[in-house]
Amino acid sequence: MTSDWRLQHELRFPSCQIGSERQVRQERRIPRLFSRWALCMLLAALSLAVVRPDRVAAQTSFADVVDAVQPKIVKIYGAGGFAGLEAYQSGFLISAEGHVLTVWSYVLDTEFITVSLDDGRKFQAELVGTDPRLEIAVLKVPAEQVAFFNLHDAVELEAGDRVLTFSNLFGVATGNEPVSVLHGSVAVKTDLAARRGAFATNYKGPVYVVDAITNNPGAAGGAATDGQGRLVGMLGKELKNSLNDTWLNYAVPIGELVGSVDDIIAGRFRPRSEDDSLKKPTDAHSLATLGIVLLPNVLSKTPPFVDSVLPTSSAEKAGLRPDDLILFVNDRVATSSDTLRDELSYIDRLDPVRLIVERDKELLEVELLP
Amino acid sequence: MKSPCICGFTAIVLTLLSGLAVVPRALAADVAQAVLDAEQQRIAAIEKASKSAVAIFANGGRGGGSGVVITPDGYALTNFHVVQPAGDYMQCGMNDGRLYDAVIVGIDPTGDVALIKLLGRDDFTPATMADSDGVRVGDWCFAVGNPFLLATNFQPTVTFGIVSGVHRYQEPAGTLLEYADCIQTDASINPGNSGGPLFNANGDLIGINGRGSFEKRGRVNVGVGYAISINQIKHFLGYLHSGRIVDHATLGATVSTSDDNRVIVSDILESSDAYRRGLRYGDQIVAFGGRTVDTANEFKNVLGIFPRGWRVPMTYRRDDQQFDVLVRLTGVHAREELLEKVQRAVPAEEPPGGKKPDQDDESKEDDQPRDDEKDSDADKPDGSQPKPGQPKPGQPRPARRSPAAQQVKVPEAAAKLIEQRRGYANYYFNQLNRDRVWKSFGSSAGEFSTATGPWKLTGELTIGGDVEILLGDETATALFPGGPANLELSKDLDEQTAPEGSGGLLVGLHLWQRMLRVGPAQFGDVYYLGTVPVPGKELPCDTLVGSYNVVESRFMFDPETGLLASVEMYASPDGDPCEIYFSDYREMEGRQWPHRMEVRHGNDVFADVQWKKIEVAPAVPAKPADAS
Repeated sequence: MTSDWRLQHELRFPSCQIGSERQVRQERRIPRLFSRWALCMLLAALSLAVVRPDRVAAQTSFADVVDAVQPKIVKIYGAGGFAGLEAYQSGFLISAEGHVLTVWSYVLDTEFITVSLDDGRKFQAELVGTDPRLEIAVLKVPAEQVAFFNLHDAVELEAGDRVLTFSNLFGVATGNEPVSVLHGSVAVKTDLAARRGAFATNYKGPVYVVDAITNNPGAAGGAATDGQGRLVGMLGKELKNSLNDTWLNYAVPIGELVGSVDDIIAGRFRPRSEDDSLKKPTDAHSLATLGIVLLPNVLSKTPPFVDSVLPTSSAEKAGLRPDDLILFVNDRVATSSDTLRDELSYIDRLDPVRLIVERDKELLEVELLP
Repeated sequence: MKSPCICGFTAIVLTLLSGLAVVPRALAADVAQAVLDAEQQRIAAIEKASKSAVAIFANGGRGGGSGVVITPDGYALTNFHVVQPAGDYMQCGMNDGRLYDAVIVGIDPTGDVALIKLLGRDDFTPATMADSDGVRVGDWCFAVGNPFLLATNFQPTVTFGIVSGVHRYQEPAGTLLEYADCIQTDASINPGNSGGPLFNANGDLIGINGRGSFEKRGRVNVGVGYAISINQIKHFLGYLHSGRIVDHATLGATVSTSDDNRVIVSDILESSDAYRRGLRYGDQIVAFGGRTVDTANEFKNVLGIFPRGWRVPMTYRRDDQQFDVLVRLTGVHAREELLEKVQRAVPAEEPPGGKKPDQDDESKEDDQPRDDEKDSDADKPDGSQPKPGQPKPGQPRPARRSPAAQQVKVPEAAAKLIEQRRGYANYYFNQLNRDRVWKSFGSSAGEFSTATGPWKLTGELTIGGDVEILLGDETATALFPGGPANLELSKDLDEQTAPEGSGGLLVGLHLWQRMLRVGPAQFGDVYYLGTVPVPGKELPCDTLVGSYNVVESRFMFDPETGLLASVEMYASPDGDPCEIYFSDYREMEGRQWPHRMEVRHGNDVFADVQWKKIEVAPAVPAKPADAS
C-alpha cells in the first residue's frame, strides 16, 4: 500500500475504507489459522483422516455453484456501439434493493442505461454514483428481493487459488441467457501501481492477476468468485500493457472497493445541492476566486477540464494546469462543470479547497489555499 | 486448487504425528488416494477420448484441422470449413501413430459440419456420443485436437476447461457457418482445433469445436470457444451420410421477442407449411421442436438444430386458444444458392506459375483452417467481411488452396470411394446408402419385381365402409364409400389428385407399386435423402426421394425392420403431400404386405383402411380374376 493515492484514500476514508478492509482480511485469516491448528490437534487426538473437500472434488462440476451465482450477475447496455467501443458491460447485484456494482466507463455515459437481470427482466437503471479514482459506478434498478452479493462477505484469495469469473464478455448472452463463466487460478496478487506507465488506468491498487483470459470486451464489471461462488473481486476494464502489447487479466479485490461503494450508496458522493439541509455560506468559493477557467460548458454534462489557470491565482500556486480533469472537490465527486460550480458554492471562501485531478492518466491531489 | 496450503498442512500434520506410527501413513495414503483417484479418472477420460481424435491434414499437410471418429468403420466428424479447402481427399493421423487416407462423405455448410470416412480399418475406436442437452455451465470439459497443426507425430493436444455457456446462438457469417444452440467453453480452442471433439469429464463426445470469439487480440484463443452440440449433429448425421450438401431449415416465418418475453410471429410466408398449419401473423410460438421458447434467440437456437425437410412439433397460441401441429421445415437456401455459396467459399486458385513472392515465407501456421478468419468476421460488430483471400494485417493469412490448386495424388483405395456429381459432396455415398436401404427392404419384405400383374386391395375403413383399389398398368382405380376415383397413368400425374381430399392417393399408391416392383435404380431419379422422423416411429427413417412423371415422392423406411413406413407424394412443391402410412405388415406368398394404410392430407385424415385381401394378378394385361 505504498502508492500515493492509496495513502490519500485511506486517509480520506479512515472509518469505512480501512475498517472494512481489515474486517474482510480478518474474517479470512482467523478461521484459517484456527482450523489448521484445531484440525491438527483433532487429528492427533482422534487419528482421523481429514481431506480438504476441494481436493476430493477435483473432478466435480461447478454447475451448482454457477447456478447459485448467475442470478446475481447482470448485463448492462448503454452508450457505445461504434469505433470498436462495445455498448455493453457486466455488473453484479450488491443489495436486495437492486444496487448494481460495475465499472465506470463510457458505457454509462448516457441517460439510458439498461440493466438485464438473469431472469430476463430489463430495467432502466439510475446512476447512483461513481468513484472515478477506483473507476467504479453504482447503479440501481427498481427490482426488489433480488439475489445479491454482500460486499462485506467477500473473501480474499492467494496465488494458486481457484477463480470463477462471470461476465457477459463479447455480449454473448442476451435477454435471459446466463452470462459466460470462465475458470482460472490466481497467478499473483500484486499492485497495479507497480506497472505505472504501462497501463492506462486510474486504478493503481492491488489486483488479482488471473491465468485465464477473463478480461475480454464486455467483461468489465463482472464478478470473480472462488470455487464455492463466494465473491472475490470485480473484473476490471480491458488493460493492454503499452510496453509489450499484452493484455492483463485481472480482478480488483472487493476489499479495495467496499468502502467507496458504501459511501456512494450512503450518498456521501452525492452533490450537496441534493441535500436540502445544507446551507451555502454567504461568501463562497467560485471558479473565479480560485483562478480556474474551464472549457466552455456546452453539454449537459461537460466534464470539468481546466482550460487555463489565471496568473498568480491560488490555482496556479497549487500547480493546477490546463487539461487537468477535476474529479473531486473536497471529496465530492464533480461529474460535470455544473456540479463543480455548485460544489464550490458550498465551500466558505476562507477554507482551503482540495481537488483531485486526472493528469496524463495519473491522479493528483492539489490544495488551493484561499 | 490450494496446493501450497495443502502441502503446508500435510507437512505440519506429519511433523506433529511423526512419532505416532501408523496414523500419518494412513492419512497420507488416504489424501493421496482421493487425489489420485480424481487424477486417474481424468487420465482415463483423456486416454479413452484421445483414441478417437483425428488430426486432419489436407493438401499434403499444408492445411488441416481436427476431427473425431464416431463409428468403428471410420466415419468421422469435422468442420465443413476444415475439409472444404481439402476437396474430396485428405489424410488423417491418429494417436496410434498411423496416417489414414480419408474421403469426404457429406457436408453441412450452414452448420459448419462435415462427415468424412477414414479408410483401412473396421475397428477404429469411436467416441461415445453424450446427450449434450445434459451439459451444464460449470461442467469440466476438454478439447482434443491439432492446434497450430502441432500433431506432426499424430499425438493430439488436450486442453482442459469448463463449459462457459450452453444454448448459445452465434450469428452466421453471411448465411453459412451459423452456430445455433452451441456450447461455449474456456478450454483453449485455437486454429487447428477446428473440427475436433469437445468431451465431457467422462470422455464422452458433447460437441465439435469450430469457432471462437476473436477480436482485437488476434487469431488465438481468448477463452471463448464454441462447439457445435453433438445433439444437433445427431439430427444431421443421416443427411450427412447421404453424400449430399445438406441444408438447414427455416419455418417460413420470422419471429420477434415481445416486451413481455413472448415469441411473436412478425412475418409469415403464405406458401409455407407453417401457414397451412394455421400459423398467422401475431401468433405466439410457445414451443418448438420439443422446447419451450421465450425469446427470438431461443427460437433461432432450436430452429438451427434441424435439417431441411424435417417435420417438428410446434405449439402456438392465439388469444386463448392453443394449437399443437407438426410443421414441415423448408430449406434456408434455394438449392442453387447453396451450391453457389459453397463454391464461393473455395478460395481463388493461385495464379499459374507458382506462388507469389510474398507467400514463400509462410510458416505452417499460416495454412491453418480459415475458421478464425471466418470467426473474426462473424464476430465483428459491424459484420463487415474482408474479401476471400484478403489477409488481415497482423494476422496469419487465410489458407489459400482449393481442390484443384494442390495436385495431391489420391490413392486408388480412396479414389474408388469418390464420385463427383453436382449438388453432392460425394455421390458415391448416396448410392451406397440408396442401395443399402433397398437391399435391407428386399431382405425384409421379399421380392416384388415378380409381382408384375395388377394389384387388387380389398378392405374397409376403420370407421366403416368398403374400399377397393386396383393398381393396374394403364389405370388405377379406387372405390371409396364417397364414390369412385380414377387415375390415367398415361397423363401427367400431378394433375390427378383423386380421390378428392386425399392429395393424390392413387398416384401415391401407383408410385409405391412402381418402387416396389422396379426398385430405386429404375424408378426414375432416386436419391438417398438421409433420415427423417416419421410420426409413430421411434427412430428417424431412411428416406429415398424419387422423381417420376413430374411428381416427387418420398419413401421412408423403418430402420428397425427395413420395411417401408410411409410414402409421401407431392403433387405440387408448395402444397401438402398425400401421406400414406403403412403398418400391420404380414407375409403373403413370400412377401411382406402392409395390411393397414392411414392416408393423411394437410391437417386431415383422409382414410384409415384395413386391407382384408391383397391380390396380385398374373402378369397378363387382363382383368384380375377373383381370388378363390
